[in-house]
Amino acid sequence: MLLEGKKLLITGVLDPRSIAFFAAKVAQEQGAEVVLTGFGRGRRLTERAAARLDPVPDILELDVTVPEHIGAVAADLEQRWGRLDGLLHAIGFAPASCLDGGFLTSPWEDVSTALQVSTYSYAALASGLKELLAVGPGSVVGLDFDAQVAWPGYDWMGVAKAGLEAANRYLARDLGPLGIRANLVAAGPLHTMAARSIGTIGAFEHLWTERAPLGWDTRDPEPVGRVVCSLLSDWMPAVTGEVVHVDGGVHAMGGPVAPVPQNEPHAPIGE
Amino acid sequence: MSQELLAVFTEVLTEEFGVPEDEIAAEATFEALGLDSLDVVELTLVLEEKVGVKLEDEELEDVRTVQDAIDKVEEKQA
Ligand SMILES: NC(=O)c1ccc[n+]([C@@H]2O[C@H](COP(=O)([O-])OP(=O)(O)OC[C@H]3O[C@@H](n4cnc5c(N)ncnc54)[C@H](O)[C@@H]3O)[C@@H](O)[C@H]2O)c1
Repeated sequence: MLLEGKKLLITGVLDPRSIAFFAAKVAQEQGAEVVLTGFGRGRRLTERAAARLDPVPDILELDVTVPEHIGAVAADLEQRWGRLDGLLHAIGFAPASCLDGGFLTSPWEDVSTALQVSTYSYAALASGLKELLAVGPGSVVGLDFDAQVAWPGYDWMGVAKAGLEAANRYLARDLGPLGIRANLVAAGPLHTMAARSIGTIGAFEHLWTERAPLGWDTRDPEPVGRVVCSLLSDWMPAVTGEVVHVDGGVHAMGGPVAPVPQNEPHAPIGE
Repeated sequence: MSQELLAVFTEVLTEEFGVPEDEIAAEATFEALGLDSLDVVELTLVLEEKVGVKLEDEELEDVRTVQDAIDKVEEKQA
């Protein structure tokens, strides 16, 4: 099995639609031992989602903006496993003012929250767990939404993701000497709770229908979960600082997949 | 059927969400019963387990009251 005996920490399972839920499910099917994180008000939902995994994983409290939580997670994993073979960061959040056309007006306090939770925490969490990750050495994976272009409604979350892409490169630089890999999976749009807060998810759906040469199902996060598991496995050695697009191919297209209808030929001159 | 479903909702709301039984009625809104959006998602998970019907986000958009939710479940069971 792909992840036989691997010890993984998977953040971001909020409900059974979460991308991280599918990553956890595939990881377990592939022989990994999984611990989840949850926090605050969402914790009950995380517990319900966890109950659908087999075996039911433990859930550690982690609000990634609280450094003590990161320390406590590290201490727990040290006790539990003495190592960490893989970490999935599946965490993103932006206050409503940062999304759906708020780009020019959203206040710094809100923007800073978006950047703290969605960008900075990737480095903070990996850094807090690096001694454990160095044992294997392990692999760190984060979840991205292609930040090379501006998207409708994605606004400051798009900036946060651009920052995440840069942070991934620096993480690869600084964790590489310990043997730890750091990579992102840039997923196509999926109907999760996080996506629900973006009013333009419908526009994305339309774009993907038009542009994905492989097609794209916004209700199936499993392809993303599988690629996450590949990156967490030993089968992606020497790969770090990378962004793997799991989006049906949209990132590589400059326009619709179907041929554009031809213009009527000009009538020959002189007729 | 509607009565049966109301009984299921009553059981779930009292046992899982701590809503006082005397407040639960078909026309009560989830908001009035003290459920926020995360609770409503949790409620759909419990319903999926209890009655085998999976409600999607979009289907919940116009669900305000217990009766609305019962109607949706019945619609999907049909
Ligand atoms: N859904 C999509 O279309 C899509 C596409 C590309 C990338 N992503 C990214 O995938 C990741 C997971 O999102 P999802 O779509 O599965 O939605 P989701 O709502 O299921 O997951 C988001 C997670 O972030 C967690 N979170 C938010 N604030 C946190 C905090 N302070 N501390 C700890 N955890 C916190 C939530 O608990 C939740 O589990 C996010 O980074 C998101 O940006 C999503």
